[in-house]
Amino acid sequence: MTPLAGYLILSAFLFAIGLGGALTRRNAIIVLIGIELMLNAANLNFIAFWRFGDHPEALTGVIFVIFSIAVAAAEAAVGLALIIAIYRHYQTTNVDEMNSLKG
Amino acid sequence: MMPLDSDQIFVQLKHWLLSLLAGVLPAPLLAVISVLLSIIPIIVVFATLFAIMTIMERKGLGRIQNRYGPNRVGPFGFLQPAADGIKALIKEDLVPRAADQVVHLLAPVVLVIPALLVYAVLPIGRNMVAIDFDAGLLFFFAVGAASELAVFMAGWSSRNKYALLGAMRAVAQMVSYEIPLILSTVSVVMLTGTLSPVKIVEAQAGHAGLLPDWFVFTPWGFAGFVLFMISANAEANRSPFDLPEGESELVAGYFTEYSGFKFALFFLAEYLSLFAISGLGITLFLGGWQAPFAALDFVPSWAWFFMKLLGLIVLFIWTRGTLPRLRVDQLMNFAWKFMLPLALLNLFTAAVWHYMPPGLPRWLVCGALVAGPYVLLGRGLLAGKNIAKRIYRYAD
Amino acid sequence: MSLPFLIIAVITIAAAAAAMTLRNLIHCALAVAGAFVGLAAAYLNLSAQFVGFAQVLVYVGAVAILIVFAALLTRGGEPSQAAVFSPPWFAGLGVTLAVLGVLVWAVIRSFLIRRELVPAPEAAVKQIGDALMHKYVLPLEVVGLLLTAALIGAVIIALKEERKK
Repeated sequence: MTPLAGYLILSAFLFAIGLGGALTRRNAIIVLIGIELMLNAANLNFIAFWRFGDHPEALTGVIFVIFSIAVAAAEAAVGLALIIAIYRHYQTTNVDEMNSLKG
Repeated sequence: MMPLDSDQIFVQLKHWLLSLLAGVLPAPLLAVISVLLSIIPIIVVFATLFAIMTIMERKGLGRIQNRYGPNRVGPFGFLQPAADGIKALIKEDLVPRAADQVVHLLAPVVLVIPALLVYAVLPIGRNMVAIDFDAGLLFFFAVGAASELAVFMAGWSSRNKYALLGAMRAVAQMVSYEIPLILSTVSVVMLTGTLSPVKIVEAQAGHAGLLPDWFVFTPWGFAGFVLFMISANAEANRSPFDLPEGESELVAGYFTEYSGFKFALFFLAEYLSLFAISGLGITLFLGGWQAPFAALDFVPSWAWFFMKLLGLIVLFIWTRGTLPRLRVDQLMNFAWKFMLPLALLNLFTAAVWHYMPPGLPRWLVCGALVAGPYVLLGRGLLAGKNIAKRIYRYAD
Repeated sequence: MSLPFLIIAVITIAAAAAAMTLRNLIHCALAVAGAFVGLAAAYLNLSAQFVGFAQVLVYVGAVAILIVFAALLTRGGEPSQAAVFSPPWFAGLGVTLAVLGVLVWAVIRSFLIRRELVPAPEAAVKQIGDALMHKYVLPLEVVGLLLTAALIGAVIIALKEERKK
């Protein structure tokens, strides 16, 4: 098993763990943590392909991951602000109880 | 055997020890020994400096406050750190029953590790840097940011409302002051074109007339250095920014529930990160290990670094003894409304300095660009508040 | 498979699994911070220095702290007495295992994995800066705009409203 396959399988496991948590946990903040884990798994994929792929001097993988980290941080901030605002309304962070659109 | 050079003596010592062991040990073990020979002196020297600083600080603060410092243990109290160390080691380690045991135990460890890691990229002398990263400055700030999580861990795991309040204030303060800290270094990075501390020190070699080419002797460099030092003060939670651990306010802030050796570890981590950030300030603005005048080059480079470090430590102790503590809202206003705009303007000033030809007009323009906004912003922010005139009272 | 890679892989997967299964919210947040550090070590192992340090600075230094602040502001400090997983958790687990199976099968059956070891490419900070300023300057400006919008948006969403009742 080459190193590239090792990193890709590691990233597949991280993605699956993040997906499992996002789908099954009840607390909205942990769902967000799962989403961040999935984004990180994808970033690891990009860097692994940059390292072991063709034309690493084009730096495509590295630049993509830099932008991905910036966008993920912005998305985490907005997502957590949304959770705080919803908490003020519903008094709970349980995703199963946030089921009505009435404000 | 090459001639002993006092400047390179530690580098030569390490090479000699490695050559002694080269015949005996296999190559991977030799690499490990080489790494250990770089790390152990750093830990030993800065831990000793920590012990020296505790007694310097207590006696210095005592004299500023018109009293003697500790003067019982040893001649003039100079063996006090030994007494403090023995006390910390033999004190009972109390952990509250409701505290979160694992996180409570891990918090001091997670705080000390980044405090020690950042020394890896500081150039302490000529050819004396543990690792020469291409992005060394980014490593320093990244690892420094990781220590904020440890502060939160300490405050939350104690299950004590004072500790949690202190931890939230400390994290808010550290996050707020990171931005002026990083922005004031970005102007240095912009003008030297590199993130490596070794190359930044080399960029400050040479003399322009009477003064050395250090960045602190330029208008933007001086403003940047002042901003950096104020932010470093706030990052290290030292007075006048020590509200998170203010003794008279929050018991002891986020390390209220810690005793004995763990308390000593917090103390150690705080002072070690203070030394590290002073070391970075010396590297970025004060020319690192370089002598101010070419005539003084016979003094070894590492001696210059430690002399400058001691100067900055004295400055920190002096500030602590002189200025009163800032309130939380004053602290945050200061960071976001005063330091951040000044740091951004400093970037612009640095760019103007780079593009104007050398001479007097450059100094005048950049000096005006630095002093003008400082005065205007200061007056503008104070306009709405009625602050009474300061009254000085002295002990008789 | 080299030893550093194995250690990094074990630590990262253990931290991620802990983050998704622990009961206490703050423990989950600290475990995912550990997973971020493991990933930064993986980036350093792949000689992407700048990305590794940026990962620690942004994720551990900012996103993890955001998560614990949000957890404290929504009363996540006390461990919840109710069940940790939603009632239809087996459906989620099934989907997860299916996705994992497809991904691992795709990796193992692909021809790309038979690539030999190439020497580490050079990603000096100067080259990254050149690329960002010349070839990728438009995404850079757009990301700046995006971050400003996200900053203002997050503040407005989380602001306490002064509603006159």
